[in-house]
Amino acid sequence: MIDPIKPPRRKNPLLRTRLPASPPRPRSRTSHGFTRAAAEGRFMLQRCEACGAFAYPAREACPSCLSSALAFADAPRGGTLLAETTARVPSDVYFRERAPWRIGLVKMDCGPTIVAHLHADCAEDAPVRMSFQLDKSGQAVAFARPEGETPNMADDRQWREMTADPKFRRVLVTNGRSVIGQEAVVALKAAGAKTVFVGVAEPWRPFAGEDLLRRQEGVEVVALDAADEKSAADLAADIGGKVDILVNTTEYVRAGGLLDRKGTSIARDEIDQAYLGFINLAQAFGPAMRMRGADGVNNSVAWVNILSVYALANWPAFGAYSASQAACLSLSHCLRAELRPGGIKLMNLFTGPVDTEWFQTVPPPKVAPRAIAQAIVSGLKGGLEEMYVGDVAEEIRQRLAANPKALERELDK
Amino acid sequence: MKKSQRTPYDGIVIAAPVTIPYVRYSIESAQWWIGRALGALVAQAGIKASDIDGLCVSSFTMGTDSGIGLTQHFGLCVRWLDTIPLGGASAIAGLRKAARAVQARDADIIACVAGDTNHVDSFRLTLENFSRFNQDAVYPYGAGGANASFALIARNYMRTFGVTREDVGRIAVAQRANALRNPHALMKAPLTLEQYLAARPISDPIHLFDCVMPCAGAEAFLVMREETAASLGLPAARLLSTIERHNAFADDPMQVRGGWAMDVDELYAMAGVKPDDLDIVQTYDDYPVITMMQFEDLGFCKKGEGAEFVRAHDLTIDGDFPHNTSGGQLSVGQAGAAGAYLGLVEGLRQVLGTAGPTQVRNARLGLASGFGMINYDRGLASGAAIFAGPSK
Repeated sequence: MIDPIKPPRRKNPLLRTRLPASPPRPRSRTSHGFTRAAAEGRFMLQRCEACGAFAYPAREACPSCLSSALAFADAPRGGTLLAETTARVPSDVYFRERAPWRIGLVKMDCGPTIVAHLHADCAEDAPVRMSFQLDKSGQAVAFARPEGETPNMADDRQWREMTADPKFRRVLVTNGRSVIGQEAVVALKAAGAKTVFVGVAEPWRPFAGEDLLRRQEGVEVVALDAADEKSAADLAADIGGKVDILVNTTEYVRAGGLLDRKGTSIARDEIDQAYLGFINLAQAFGPAMRMRGADGVNNSVAWVNILSVYALANWPAFGAYSASQAACLSLSHCLRAELRPGGIKLMNLFTGPVDTEWFQTVPPPKVAPRAIAQAIVSGLKGGLEEMYVGDVAEEIRQRLAANPKALERELDK
Repeated sequence: MKKSQRTPYDGIVIAAPVTIPYVRYSIESAQWWIGRALGALVAQAGIKASDIDGLCVSSFTMGTDSGIGLTQHFGLCVRWLDTIPLGGASAIAGLRKAARAVQARDADIIACVAGDTNHVDSFRLTLENFSRFNQDAVYPYGAGGANASFALIARNYMRTFGVTREDVGRIAVAQRANALRNPHALMKAPLTLEQYLAARPISDPIHLFDCVMPCAGAEAFLVMREETAASLGLPAARLLSTIERHNAFADDPMQVRGGWAMDVDELYAMAGVKPDDLDIVQTYDDYPVITMMQFEDLGFCKKGEGAEFVRAHDLTIDGDFPHNTSGGQLSVGQAGAAGAYLGLVEGLRQVLGTAGPTQVRNARLGLASGFGMINYDRGLASGAAIFAGPSK
């Protein structure tokens, strides 16, 4: 059993901020099958299509029958911890700073043995539940947790290195005028966030839900217009050093594609708000976040974007909006790479049409803002990189993987 | 498929055991150390470099060089060449290949050499780039090389067979006693069992004195036919038998035995000797628990009786079971791939009667084993050789 983590004390401004180190990063190309699984919170192993045997570590041919048909497949997570050790003086800087560090060898029920990071409540000869997690270098590692829930389970020191749990952390939600933003504030507070800063453009103008925001303890409404470079920079000058999680809830949805619009003014607004707003936020808050990746219990850990699933495949009815989202998606990969040295995760949530005013004419199913807020929290707690929220997003994901051309034709209706 | 009968080693001998004394850190290159060893071989055997017509090399730190680069580097013109990257099994594997090459007359005098340098950062770099499975599935876990991997093996072995740290410690303590008689051993201070037990933990249950110290050094020997040695007037040890095995017992969920257990009967049958006949034993001791495993797998006791065997025997030079008489890697140091050679080279000196301060009286029949390449969760390579001094 582990003790709950304590709320971090106020930081001593005279002390040097410890710079983030990264665990070893090199992997074989095949091994990135685990990266893909970890990004989405799935547990996948290679499974031989000829003889059915599971294999680990990543291989190019089956060790049971030499078949080269080794596809990554969802695998049962159960196993038994055979042996454990506590590394006390590792040669790697990242682990040396975090020693003692506990690892073990797990015999999976489906066959292979896996070297894994261990949750403190794992015991030898006892069953464990395996997952792949993204570590501070953004690469997949195996992580064994006890089979059932244990007290304060998410507070485990090694587990917390793999996740971006809001507990005791300070969060900036960039747009408090939107329902998604307001629901995110509630969900993050409920998940134990110490402070949630909520950005509101021109805060003197009243807006729906404002009372609720201002009444919540630990919620601070701050002036932020992401599309305005100076506004983002001003806010970062105030609170940039204490944003541990940034949730980019910028929303700018307008119907229409190319030929039924006149000129570029709407497209320019879409780009200003979504794409350039993203750039402003990244430039204002990204550098400090990257510096604070190892800054104690409330270190900086994650950046969250809420993107339309039509960033992946253009939906002509909202064609220009889809394109602005695609631009944000592309930029998010750049930001992920640039935040990586700090160990900061970048999570993209893909949603279908949300149940808000701007999708008024779109038939259901639509995603409830609350479902997005809950997904943000569960994704942070699980340390994920990609999430598909709602039935539409999940369906688009599957249809895209199956046949991108078919999806393109089907979206044209 | 039925296994075929192996051809005996007929009149194959090993001569000129050479050790270039180790240093903790060296600013020299691996090539420098290997060059010193080749020079010592030539000097000790009283031959010319041009008499060497076969070369077998092992090293972790030669950079982009392999054996072929060394031929030009050292001005050797050979008709047989091998580079063996098998870590702790390199000496046995190299000896086996060289023996067959001279037996078939593909070469007359083969120089087998292993050497590594140790810059301040080279051990970590070797660990980082050890193997693909290690890169993908071990190194990212902070294992920091072999310590954590062997800790898991040791932990499981000790739990399974009820082995205590005291049992394992006896091996390390006896080797330190031997090392105090070896002027080239890097460890100069005596080690008591109490000190062994009180050492700081590295990766439980591995503690400080379970670990070898990485260092720089080189080891070498010559392999030839008996008549070649006789014509040169070279004292030489006869090779009686060898075994080699890789990726044995892959279905064991954790390693509790090495490949020796598969081939040990053949090892003694081919040599025509029994374990009791051996005068000296040199195991591969990168961790004492692996040595205990070898006592079992090489037939000195049954599986699970290693601890009792260690308690019942005196493993020092003057004891009833002289073992790792130079002090082994645990007390001499681990000079990379030369660590594979250390036991065999010391064993050769023993049966040739040239071991000096570590000499076991009347040592005639010796065994040396190798173990290496912890690619993922276990050591994959194992081997052993039995050899006899001139009078046996």
